[in-house]
Formats: sequence, structure tokens, C-alpha cells
Amino acid sequence: MSFRRRTLFWLFLLVFLPAQTAGGSELRLEPETLQALRSSRVADRNPAIEALGRIDGEAATGLLGALLDGALYVDKEDGTLLILSEDGQSRDALSGAGLASPDKTRLRKVGTNNSQREILLSLLSARRLRHPDADARQAAVEALLERGQADKDLLYSLLRDETAPEVRQRLEGALALLRARDPASTPEEILDAVRLLADNAPPNAGQVLENLRKAADPAVAAAAEKALYNLRVSAERASMLETLFFGLSLGSVLVLTSIGLAVTFGVMGVINMAHGELVMLGAYTVWGMQRLLPGQPGAALLLSIPAAFLVSGSIGALLERGIIRHLYGRPLETLLATFGVSLILQQAVRTLISPMNRAVESPAFMSGMLHITRNFSLTSNRIYILCFCLCVFALIYLIMHKTRLGLEVRAVTQNRPIARTMGVNAPAVDTFTFALGSGVAGMAGVALSQLTNVGPNLGQGYIVDSFMVVVFGGVGNLRGTLCGGLILGLANKLLEPASGAMLAKIILLAGVILFMQAKPKGLFPERGRAAEN
Amino acid sequence: MFRKTALLLLFCGLFSGGAAYAAAETIKVGILHSLSGTMAISETTLKDVMLMLVEEQNKKGGLLGKKLEAVVVDPASDWPLFAERARELLTQRKVAAVFGCWTSVSRKSVLPVFEGENGLLFYPVQYEGEESSKNVIYTGAAPNQQAIPAVDYLMKDLGAKRFVLAGTDYVFPRTANKILEAYLLGKGVDKSDIMINYTPFGYSDWQSIIAEIKKFGAAGKKTAIISTINGDANVPFYKELANQGVTASAIPVMAFSVGEEELSGIDTKPLVGHLAAWNYFMSVDTPENAEFIKKWHAFIRDQKRVTNDPMEAHYIGFNLWVKAVEKAKSTAVDEVLKAIVGLSVPNLTGGVATLLPNHHLTKPVLIGEIQADGQFQVVWETPKEVPGDAWSDYLPESKALEADWTDPINCGNYNTVTKKCGGAGK
Repeated sequence: MSFRRRTLFWLFLLVFLPAQTAGGSELRLEPETLQALRSSRVADRNPAIEALGRIDGEAATGLLGALLDGALYVDKEDGTLLILSEDGQSRDALSGAGLASPDKTRLRKVGTNNSQREILLSLLSARRLRHPDADARQAAVEALLERGQADKDLLYSLLRDETAPEVRQRLEGALALLRARDPASTPEEILDAVRLLADNAPPNAGQVLENLRKAADPAVAAAAEKALYNLRVSAERASMLETLFFGLSLGSVLVLTSIGLAVTFGVMGVINMAHGELVMLGAYTVWGMQRLLPGQPGAALLLSIPAAFLVSGSIGALLERGIIRHLYGRPLETLLATFGVSLILQQAVRTLISPMNRAVESPAFMSGMLHITRNFSLTSNRIYILCFCLCVFALIYLIMHKTRLGLEVRAVTQNRPIARTMGVNAPAVDTFTFALGSGVAGMAGVALSQLTNVGPNLGQGYIVDSFMVVVFGGVGNLRGTLCGGLILGLANKLLEPASGAMLAKIILLAGVILFMQAKPKGLFPERGRAAEN
Repeated sequence: MFRKTALLLLFCGLFSGGAAYAAAETIKVGILHSLSGTMAISETTLKDVMLMLVEEQNKKGGLLGKKLEAVVVDPASDWPLFAERARELLTQRKVAAVFGCWTSVSRKSVLPVFEGENGLLFYPVQYEGEESSKNVIYTGAAPNQQAIPAVDYLMKDLGAKRFVLAGTDYVFPRTANKILEAYLLGKGVDKSDIMINYTPFGYSDWQSIIAEIKKFGAAGKKTAIISTINGDANVPFYKELANQGVTASAIPVMAFSVGEEELSGIDTKPLVGHLAAWNYFMSVDTPENAEFIKKWHAFIRDQKRVTNDPMEAHYIGFNLWVKAVEKAKSTAVDEVLKAIVGLSVPNLTGGVATLLPNHHLTKPVLIGEIQADGQFQVVWETPKEVPGDAWSDYLPESKALEADWTDPINCGNYNTVTKKCGGAGK
């Protein structure tokens, strides 16, 4: 009996001990620290963060990370501290042991404020300086340098063990800056450091170099001058590229919202004031899709592209069959009727869904930046939207120029009676064209849902700009719309830094009006139903 | 023709706000909030909260032995229409008091109507100040009850030395920024450390402005953004901030127009940690607030709806009016106005709101950090209520002005230097 009991005991140890060590050793905290973590007042948390910062080990790091991410909760009844991970798992914050799924109503988040999060971030980055992952090390070094807490010895010891080139470069730059600034450095050391800075200057080197430029040693001054020049040139180049990108991306949004209009207004000659609302419905489709597929914002977004095309396209078809068809050749009445439709659609959304904006999530791949060089990076959502715009444009262009349907559309546009005598079903082509333009508006809405609010007023902000792009580019010409949109976007962003956003818009509008005086048919004039008269 | 008329009638029926006609001998309360157009997003909720307050008062037996009757009109976010609807409420519907308006321009548009017809308006939104009317009770915050304490917090608690004043281009941000700039300069902030930027309504392409702010913030001094950006422009603004890697700890944004209601419609991830200054937060843990939220959820039949600062302002304003009517034993505007100054009603966040002679309230100032669930976590509050100041003490032209609607002064812009009414300081 006693033998069996002993084996059981050993078995027990064998099974449970490894699990225990894997979960990290139990974290022991002072009662005051625990008290401070459990407090409902954020300001009480300071001593606890300080105390945790002094404790080494995985468990303390985990707790600090949880505190930073807002994943640490306290049970209001028994005071247990627990960490809820994103996948819904929960574990005890001190022992690391897994817990059964807790009663959410009993939990209160252990909140932190901005300055506490900053302390947490620097504590954590100090711990991640030797992280196995190079990106994590890079981020940690960056955080360390940004806070100006780096001392020379630490940086040297980091550099000695560092293998990743980009982290090495960052460390070397920072070290050179420290040496250049250090009053104890010999002139040779300073010269050496400044020469290094000329090729590899961290963004905050400007002030130091500015001081060194006035140095007594002409060699140092010259080297500093050169380094400063390099720094300025690379900053200028980056800001120029940035402006260019900003302009293209604003242009791509303009193009997206106006391609649909280029089809309905440009090709068919219908002034559709409800175009903005068709864009809005596309954006609401993303919201609906994300509600259907909770937790998968990326998949929902991709699926929304065809869905929004169908939703807005079918509403466009209905609109054409129900209203616009009866008003062909009467542009003023079309304008008023579609304006009415736009108000009805807006109010319908307000009444049926909500007058308030709806939350549309951005999937992870749509947020953040793409770092090209150290001082030049692009936001990823804008890159995707730029690509999306070009794809949509290519698609519409191909449909209009390479398919039989497109041929019929162009035929009806150019000469309706002759097209009909050739057996083209003109009314069907009208409906199809209008649905196509509307569907593209819906797809633009999908892109806009990632940039702006999804609400009943979404479309109104874009309708005037879209008309401007189509008219500027040349009514009836898709290429004109593409060029027009991109040019207007670029011009806007080039003007903006000097004149401010408000004035840039006004100047641009005045500029387009003047341009239209000189070339009333826009950039690329072409024949179309609207262009004929 | 008949079909068209029928259709027209149908639409009219669908879209007009139906006002209930009750039997005679009721006290009418006008509700002047946009239910359609761009401002419907904010104002519809205020209409609902007013209906709730009226319903509740009726459950308690009404007022002066009569039932209250809410008269709802829709000014459709159209400023001239506000004035028309206000006139309709005052002259045709004979309401005893009006609760309404959101934007400053709508308030300015109805002001002559209320003064001409001697009506009574309760205005529930934080505003730029520099105004005091005999016929308006300002239940929202004046600049010294929101903007000034918020800037103090940025300077003292966060150590901000450089400021970006970003706003939408209209009267509230322009005036608020004028006051803030004067205040910052007075506090020794250098002119080169203040960047002022205005953008149009609904602006959505923030790329170059954020890039500029980033450069402005890279000068080695702690930088903060003070945002009076209004409405729909906020989401793209915060999204772009997050996308360009500007975190709340690097450059915090202090917003004066972002509340729970605005946050409920957006993906809050990019906003977490940024700040807002208000006089009320839904997350404040008091029994009064819990009771109010419970009633609101029951009334609107939706557990997810949030409460916000202007709703509390209407709650305070309505309770003040009820108390004043009971004190005056009449709903006549002049008697109510005489009775209402000096009255106090409880705030939802604890403490009391007292109506000052300048027709503004005493209010606590709270600063909250935005949380991932769209709520605010209070990180700072004033030790006690701050009295609202109609005319800013930081602007040279309004420094000497005071508003006092009690005898003997009875003036909205009394110059304390020349001792004359009429704002000779301008």
C-alpha cells in the first residue's frame, strides 16, 4: 500500500512539476504592490509599476506586458489578478496557472494612464534588448534611444552581441552621436564620430551637429557641415517623396469615387446626385459583412468588394429602371429627382440603421506603416487603396474597351439610333451601364470605409469632388478621370503645406474653373452623349 | 397627378416628426433638435433624452398639477430653419420653454427669435463663450470649464511644452483657439511652440497634416495636440495618427468634441490612450449616474446605448427649469428667469450644479482617457465645481466684461471698468 502511494507521489511530481516550471515560477509581490494593482484609482498604480520594474524574470515581464496591453484584470470579489489573452484564455497573473473561464461581470480592468504606459514601455523595452527576434530588438533599441536613457556602456555591450545589420546601424549611429557630444572625447574621436554621422545620422542628430559646425577644429566643422547637409538632403528627399505619395493617395481616393460617375455621368450623361449615397451603401456593406463574420475583419473586407458591387449595382439598376429612364434628355429634372433620391437614401439609412456612425474595423494588414528608409515610410492602408484604385480602373477600362458589352455601351453612347438598328438592346445597355457605374461606386465605398466614418453623411463629402474630377478629366473619358483625379490629388497636397487645407481647396477649385475656361471639354475631350451638345 | 400627390403626402407622413396632441391644460415643452441632415447624428439622442425626462416628470404627476407635453420639431440641420422652427414653437405652439440647438451657428440663428419673442432656451452643448443672453440658459461648458483646465492638465501633469491647436474651421474652434493661444502665451509658451491648423468640415485626408505635426513634435520638447476637430473629421484624424505611428504617449490628443456617442460609432483601437475633457463621463461611478443610465436604457430599449455630456446638460437644465417653475408657481418666462438664478440641482457625477447670474452653471471638469470599449477612464478632475465664465478673462476685448442677469445690473455684457452695459470694451 505504502509502495503504491509512493509511486503515485512520484508520478504526481513527474506530471506536475514540469508544468509548474513551464508556467514560470510563482511571482511573489509585496502586499502594498498587490493593493496598488487592485485599486480602482489609476493614480495609485505608480508604486506597483515601480516595484514590478525591479523584479527580474519572465513572470514579472509578462505582468508588465499585460498591464501595458490592458489585459490584466482583477476579480472584484476575491481580489485575484488574472490575465486575459486575446483568444479568451485566462491565467492567474501571479502563478501563471490556467483558470476556468471567469465571470466577466466580476472582473475590472486594471487601468493605466498615459505616463504609466510610457514607464511600462521603457521598462519592457529594456527587457527586450536581448530578445531573440531582431524586430523586437530594433523596437526596443528605438524606444530606448527615443527616451534618451541609453548610456555608452549599455550600447557598446549591445553592439558587441548584435548580429542584425539594421540594429547594428542604429546602435552605431547612436554611439557616434554620444561620442561626438561627449566633452571627454579627444578631437580625433570627435572627428571620427562626425565622419561616421555623415553616413549614418540618427534623426535627432541635428542639434549636436549644428553645435559642432561651429567647432574650433576646421576638420570637425567641415565633417559636421557635410553630415548636416546629408541629413538635410535625406530629410528633404523624404518629405518630397512623402508629399508625392500623399498626393497620389488622395488622388486615388478621388479617382475611386469618380470612376463610377465617369461611367454614369461621363458616358451616359446622367447627372446622378445620388452617386455619393451609392458610395455610402458600399461602405455600409462592409459594416454588414463584418457583422456577419465577426472576428474576421480581413475576410469580411475582401468579401465586401463583390458584395458592395452587387448592393450598389442593383440599387443603381432599380434607380435607372424606376426613375432615370423616364427622364432621359431632361437633365434638370434628372438632377432634382436624383437629389431627392439621395436624401431618401440618407434618411432611410438614418431611420433603418441609425443616425449614428457605424464602427467598421480595420484589419491588421490595413494599419501601420511600411518603412522604406529610416525617415521615409508609407502608411499601408493608403498603399492598398492606391493599388485597389488602379485595379478597379483597369477592370472598368477592360470592360468598356475589350468586351462585347463595353462595345455596345460605347455604340449606344455614340449613336443610339444606329446602334439600335444594329440590334443592340439600348434600354438594357442603359440599365447595365448605370448598374456598372453604381456598382463601382459601391466598391469605392469599401475603400472609404477604411479611411473615414461609415455614416449616413459619407457620400455628401465626395459628390462635389467627384463631379469636379470627371469634368476636369473630360466628360466621357475614363483615362481623363484617372489622370484628372491623380493631378487634382497631387496639386492639393503640393499646395496644402503652404496654404493650409482650407485655402488649398479653394485655390484648386478656382484653378479648375480657370482651366475649364481655356479647355471647356476637360483634359481629354471625347465624344459622348453629354459632349455632343 | 393624384398619384403624385398621394405619394407626396405619404413622404410627408413618413418624414415629419409626429408630435402628439394631448388634451388641453398641458404645459408644452419645445424640443428643437435636428432629426435629419448632418447634425442628426448628435442631436437625435438629445431629443430622446428630453422625451424621457418629460415622460418621467409626468409619471411624478407633472408640473403645477398639469401634464407636460413635448413638442418636437425638426430643423433638419439647416440654420435658417432653426430660427423658423423656434418662432413656430414660441408663437404658434406657445411652449413654456425650449430645449435645443447643438452647433453655435444654430444658437446664433435662433437668438434674435428668443430675444424678440421673450422665449426661454436651454442650450446643452459646450461652446466658445463670449455670449450671454437674458433668454438663454447655457447648461454646457464655457471655455474656462473645459479648455483651460484641460490645457493645465497637459502642461502640469504631462509636461507638454509644445502645442498643436487643430480645429475645424468654424466659430467654436476659432474662438476657443484664440482664448487658448492667449492663455498659453500668458503662461510663457513661446509663439514658435504653438502650431495652429484649421481644416474644413468632414475633412478626411489628414496625411500631410499629421506628417507636419510629427515633424513639429520631433523638436525634442513634449508635444500635445489640442483638438477642436468636430464630428466626422475625427475618425480619419485618429486613424491617420495611429497609422503614421504617433502613439498617445508620444503625442497625446486632448479633444473637446469627442464623447461617448461619437466613439460608439467607430473602431476605437487607434484612439486608446488619447484624452478628452468633459463635465460628465458615462463611466463615472455614482448612484445618480447608474440610475440615469438604467432609466435611459429602459426608455430607449437598447442596453448598448451610451450617455454623454450634453445629455447630462439637458438633465440638469430640465431639472433646473422644473425647480424654477415650482418656485415661481408659473411658467411665464420672466418669472421663471427670476426664480431660476441661484437654484441648484444635483449633477450626475456628484456635487451640484448652481445657476449663476450670468446664466451659466457651476460644473466639475473631468479629464478622461479613451478606452478600447469606447468609454473614458477618468484620470484627473477638478477638486470642486468651476463656475462658468461667459466672457473670457484671457482675451483683451472681453476681459472687462461680465454678464449678470440679476438686479441692478441686468446685462449680458456689463463692462466692469466703464460700469456701462453694452460691451464698450470691444
